Amino acid sequence: MRIYASLIYIFLYAPIALIVALSFNAGKQSMVWTGFSVEWYGKAFSNPLITEALGTSVMIALATAVLSAIFGTMAALGLERTKGWLRIVFDALIYIAIMVPGIVIGISSLITFVTIFDVVNPALEALFNLRLRMGMWSVIATHVLFNIAVVALMVRARLQGMDRSLVEASEDLYATPMGTFRQVVLPLLAPSILAGALLAFTFSFEDFIIAFFVAGPDVTLPIYVFSAIRRGVTPEINAIGTVVLLTSLLLLLIAQWILQRGNKQA
Amino acid sequence: MTQAVIELRNVSKRFGETLAVVDNNLSVNAGEFLSILGPSGCGKTTSLRMMAGFEQPTEGEVYIQGTNVTGVPAYRRPVNMVFQHYALFPHLSVADNVTYGLRQRSPKPPSAELARAADEALGMVRLSGLGRRRTYELSGGQQQRVALARALINRPAVLLLDEPLAALDRKLRAEMQFELQNLQRDVGVTFLLVTHDQEEALSMSDRVCVMREGRIVQIGSPRELYDRPNSRYVADFVGKSNFFAGPSAGTVTSVRPEMIELAPTEKKLPQGLATAVPAKVLNRIFVGDFTQYRLASDRLGEFLVVSPRRNERDVGTFEIGDQVAAGWRGDAAQVLADN
Repeated sequence: MRIYASLIYIFLYAPIALIVALSFNAGKQSMVWTGFSVEWYGKAFSNPLITEALGTSVMIALATAVLSAIFGTMAALGLERTKGWLRIVFDALIYIAIMVPGIVIGISSLITFVTIFDVVNPALEALFNLRLRMGMWSVIATHVLFNIAVVALMVRARLQGMDRSLVEASEDLYATPMGTFRQVVLPLLAPSILAGALLAFTFSFEDFIIAFFVAGPDVTLPIYVFSAIRRGVTPEINAIGTVVLLTSLLLLLIAQWILQRGNKQA
Repeated sequence: MTQAVIELRNVSKRFGETLAVVDNNLSVNAGEFLSILGPSGCGKTTSLRMMAGFEQPTEGEVYIQGTNVTGVPAYRRPVNMVFQHYALFPHLSVADNVTYGLRQRSPKPPSAELARAADEALGMVRLSGLGRRRTYELSGGQQQRVALARALINRPAVLLLDEPLAALDRKLRAEMQFELQNLQRDVGVTFLLVTHDQEEALSMSDRVCVMREGRIVQIGSPRELYDRPNSRYVADFVGKSNFFAGPSAGTVTSVRPEMIELAPTEKKLPQGLATAVPAKVLNRIFVGDFTQYRLASDRLGEFLVVSPRRNERDVGTFEIGDQVAAGWRGDAAQVLADN
């Protein structure tokens, strides 16, 4: 049984470990080990195509994280006060938004954008000489769409575990509803909001499928990697992969740590 | 005539189909310690929550210091509450918890003043020096005192306490009973406590209000309630009592177990008893300062007798199965409505 489990883990993680290891390879051939070096990291980060793609990805992920945190928290707070079938419907919608495969979100968002552009663009062009096109902002919009659900789910869990009497205690001590929200509800939800935002950042940063459909002419880091791979895997790609991997891992660990620390307090 | 600090006038509260509180009138005097006593679901907590402002009455009015506060939200009422599970803010230090009410004022008091007020309030509940701790680092009893300090620092017209001792263990509870009583005397704030524990209500309060199914059944001093209950329900809920068939339909005769004399034979019972019967010992429970017997008599059925340790010198102890005699004076028996 233990051997069996070990084999599965090796199967899962060996390719990732290989990429990390090969990113430190000195040689030009990505698959043949010739010596240790970090020169590919230097090359990757001095390649303007890569740094530009990285900048785009970070911008998209940051905007997604912030917007998802705001809207997701609002959704969770609203749902907490909703009762009956409306709540069931919205709860189901949240789970659906998380479970729907990226490719479905990608295609349906693409169709939606194109349809909207067809309707809106002629009028905009006539009035303001403007044309809506896909790009960074449409990626952000689509990422926010499913990351709202991620944040909402995490904040909901925290809200449900929160002692109602804390809110009452605050009101009893003369805090207005707004004051109670600011001084009690928000600080208690903060760990879950922050963790949700970090998750949203990670999901957005590493997403390829959705961005592939709705990015228009803009190039995110995963899109760049995908197109570069078609010309062959270079150690440069391995270096990028390692950086993305470590960033994601770090953010996930931080999110987990924040959540656990918050739970201990509540 | 003392002024009422908080009053319920003809207050009813309905939750959907259920009537939680039915047409209650209750007036709490300035500086008194009043307990609302009743089993769970009798409407006592709902009454408290209507005073605090967390619930609004379906009918009737709530007055605080002569002002009608019906419909006024909790944050604009000059009362404070100690919650059953304390409801301390986990993200704030002990001192910040305590000064929370003061910090809601506008303009906010300067921080030096807040620190001084926190020190004073924590000293009052014997927690000096713990201001910088987190609330979850404190023991249950200490958390309880932080909750008291957090409420009392605001000098409320009334301090509302919702089963404040329920979460503490037995020994700590007994200690806190003394402490609450002393605290109330020291600060002179009106205390209104809600409990299902009759001992808690009797031991600390100036007056006790017994509730049943949303209605107030009787209000009086602990001694009044114990000695002159107005119904079988109150006699049964406040202390223990034996109930025998009353002189007329719908009545019972109530005799407190400690008012019953015991002797080996009827001849050895004291003189001047109104009722004396032979009985058999069914159970015997030794409690320490007294022994509790459950007796069975052919005429009266089963009943309880409490025999203080001191009496054992004269009447001895009895074994299960012994034949004994039991009796009581005329003034020990009370005829009550059977409800």
